[in-house]
Amino acid sequence: MPFTLNVNGKATTVDVPGDMPLLWVLRDVLNLKGTKFGCGIGQCGACTVHLRGRAVRSCSTPMSAVGNAAITTIEGLSANGNHPLQIAWQRLDVPQCGYCQSGQIMSAAALLATNPRPSDADINTAMNGNLCRCGTYVRIRAAIHEAARGPVRDTQTASARGAAE
Amino acid sequence: MTKAPVTRRSFIKITALAGGGMVVAFNVDDVFAQRAGGPGAGPGGPQAMAFVKFTPDGKVTIIGKNPEVGQGVKTELPMIIADELDVDWSSVVVEQADADQAKYGQQLAAGSFTTPQNWTPMRQVGAAVRQTILAAAAARWNVPVAELTTASGRVKHAASKRDAAYVDFAAEAAKLPVPALATVPLKEPKDYKIIGTPKMGVDTPSIVTGKPIFSIDFTLPGMLYAVYQKAPVFGAKVATANVDEIKKLSGVRDAFVLEGGTDLTTLLPGVAIVADSWYQANQARKQLKVTWADHPTKAQSSVGFQVKADELGKAALAQPQGPAPQGAPGWRKDGDVAAALTQPGVKTVEASYMYPFIPHAPLEPQNCAAQLKDGKLELWAPTQMPGPALGVAAGASGVPQNAITLHIMKTGGGFGRRLTNDFVAEASAIAKQMSPTPIKLLWTREDDMAHEFYRPAGYHYMKGGVDAQGKLIAWRDHHVTFGPPSGPQRYAGFSNINGAQEFPARFVQNYEFGDSIIGALGVPVGALRAPGSNAFSFVFQSFLDELAHAAGKDPMQFKLDVLASPAYPAPQGPGGGFNAERMIGVMKLVAEKSEWGKKKLPKGTAMGVAFQFSHQGYFAEVAQVTVDSQKRIKVDKVWVAGDIGSQVINPLHAENLVQGGVVDGISHMFQEITIVDGAAVQSNFNNNPLIRMSQAPPVEAHWVKSNNNPTGLGEPSLPPVLPAVANAIFAATGTRVRSMPLSKHGFRWA
Repeated sequence: MPFTLNVNGKATTVDVPGDMPLLWVLRDVLNLKGTKFGCGIGQCGACTVHLRGRAVRSCSTPMSAVGNAAITTIEGLSANGNHPLQIAWQRLDVPQCGYCQSGQIMSAAALLATNPRPSDADINTAMNGNLCRCGTYVRIRAAIHEAARGPVRDTQTASARGAAE
Repeated sequence: MTKAPVTRRSFIKITALAGGGMVVAFNVDDVFAQRAGGPGAGPGGPQAMAFVKFTPDGKVTIIGKNPEVGQGVKTELPMIIADELDVDWSSVVVEQADADQAKYGQQLAAGSFTTPQNWTPMRQVGAAVRQTILAAAAARWNVPVAELTTASGRVKHAASKRDAAYVDFAAEAAKLPVPALATVPLKEPKDYKIIGTPKMGVDTPSIVTGKPIFSIDFTLPGMLYAVYQKAPVFGAKVATANVDEIKKLSGVRDAFVLEGGTDLTTLLPGVAIVADSWYQANQARKQLKVTWADHPTKAQSSVGFQVKADELGKAALAQPQGPAPQGAPGWRKDGDVAAALTQPGVKTVEASYMYPFIPHAPLEPQNCAAQLKDGKLELWAPTQMPGPALGVAAGASGVPQNAITLHIMKTGGGFGRRLTNDFVAEASAIAKQMSPTPIKLLWTREDDMAHEFYRPAGYHYMKGGVDAQGKLIAWRDHHVTFGPPSGPQRYAGFSNINGAQEFPARFVQNYEFGDSIIGALGVPVGALRAPGSNAFSFVFQSFLDELAHAAGKDPMQFKLDVLASPAYPAPQGPGGGFNAERMIGVMKLVAEKSEWGKKKLPKGTAMGVAFQFSHQGYFAEVAQVTVDSQKRIKVDKVWVAGDIGSQVINPLHAENLVQGGVVDGISHMFQEITIVDGAAVQSNFNNNPLIRMSQAPPVEAHWVKSNNNPTGLGEPSLPPVLPAVANAIFAATGTRVRSMPLSKHGFRWA
């Protein structure tokens, strides 16, 4: 059945079954591959996108539940890849394999949108639905804090300096 | 420039490119040949070739030859070349090589081999290109080569104030003889500009903006999508399948049975469904009705394995260790453990340890695109072993290897799972059936969890003793594992020999290691990140801790004392290259950084220490753990000291790998794949939970820079954290954890 989706600020009509998960429409109908498939049951968060500004697991969100609500994917998070989280992720070089990271960034962006200065406990709550199999949690946490407080002037760690070069 | 001999096995081929650039190809297998069999040398006759390409836009393209699975080699190897080449890192563009071991040499992501195998050859490659360009410049400018210098990809002659880009010498350089790589002078470490400096991963900008760079993202025009249903009991054949009904479903183009074989690492029997979209293929699968033929391993179970292991292990431990059975590798007998334990004043400790099957579960599910057309097979595969993948694909498709092209795709994690190319076999067989249409096979998470190459479970029956002075005098391990006896299951899926070399082998006068085999295992097993060590470290470093407490000594001091004891000769084989001085170095550093024994910790909070020599790396780790009265666990912090040689090539990624390895190791402690009725019970992340943000501790990484060639970092930080945490739990609670997962003992995350 036809749906008019509002993805990254663009209206797009797709003809798909109502029970088809948003994930597969994004990836295989709209060719937005940044949103990832990891588990299919909302356990890993690799498929996280924003629906009405809130982080949702697109693998478990059927098209019938989406309507024409605004959807933002990693491709639409910023115009030039310059969302503060995307900058912090690069400065600290958060990724290892990188597969979970678009989902991590989308969850973190939803957090910062409502809580610009999250505590460690806030980060735990917001990010616990996103698995990182490589175990980059230490840097994900650091990058969220850095994005929240703005660029670090005092680059004490060689790591942070190098990432920016 | 000296006219060094150009040997058959050492040459540089320079080709001028249309438009003024040049391609420089190096065969450096002579260098690898020198290292064959040396520390870090990989299996299979290592040789390698690298490519450097200069283009008139000032960019230098450097090929990354090995698969990138998150370990950072796509950035690291080009960094090494670029430094000796003397170009700016900002001018470097990295390209991933296709699978072609004749052209590039050994290509694999395994065993933390990439760094030790490539450290010298990659430097020589960079230096040799620079030398050749200098020779071309000297000839054109008619000046001695000694008067030339380079910087930022340019040649300079100070006296005549001349200065030109490397690429300007392409045509002349292409005609020059080139130096033998082994003769090329290399930079002094103090002159490194790129090596040892933090560099962001070359793919990071694409990752954070969601570019389609992973294998799963790859598509071809007209491509169809496939799912493949295999039996829960590994290798069971299809008896009946309703493929005719499946073919009628929406979007389905074909559905068919693949006969498959009995080798668990290649094509197993199953049913393929091919559809216009993956969603449709997977929806159709819900209507699939398959009956599976009986299979001889259908009665195997984790409970049965444990019962049998106890029977074998306890019987063996009750007797002095005898000679190794015919054909059993890796046994060891130094001194006489039974006699040592009967001496007066000796305290004996006996314990049974166990670790379960666990999966690799890389986050990107297995996938592979394939097209068989005009007798040629083309593959796009997220593999850690591209070379062997060609053979697997040939076997499954009938296409000869020389007609197969394999593109190495960026993978969403490896951890050893993609050392096995079963998904390549499936895609190849499906592409054969659908030829000439391209297909993409994609597994679900459930497929992956049910068809892993699990870290094999293992059972250890331990006996050890300390004398009246608290000195370690005897150690015995009887390891119960799975057959066949020559199979890969000994040493927890790694090799046949290393159990005999595991510390404290050679550092205790009476040391015995033997094993028993349960029987042919029907469960596929394989190497998981830090294979061998990821399991043995938990057992050996925990039991060492038990003996420290039996001796009434501080575990840190006890372990340092054993490390400092004179190494006994090794009558049954070498010491495995283990250097106690390096381990003492990291132990002392981690003791200092964690303030071991210096802090007053609250009740329920304690530290544990462990160390491991794994994949040529020396790692000592201290975990501080808090356990509350409800047995809720929090790992407060982990301190790591590592020695991977003289250089940490990319410290930015190195720190990340150390932190990730530690977090991954802690994650192991809560995982288990249970085998019931010959099949895996766990199916997804809901019932095999991985570690999450709130559970991951801060990890502080420190380095000892020792005068040794750099070694790899994909694995060695992982193993010691398991015993460090287990030892901390004992120190905090008095409960000794001798099996995993921790949830078995009533522990859960705080």
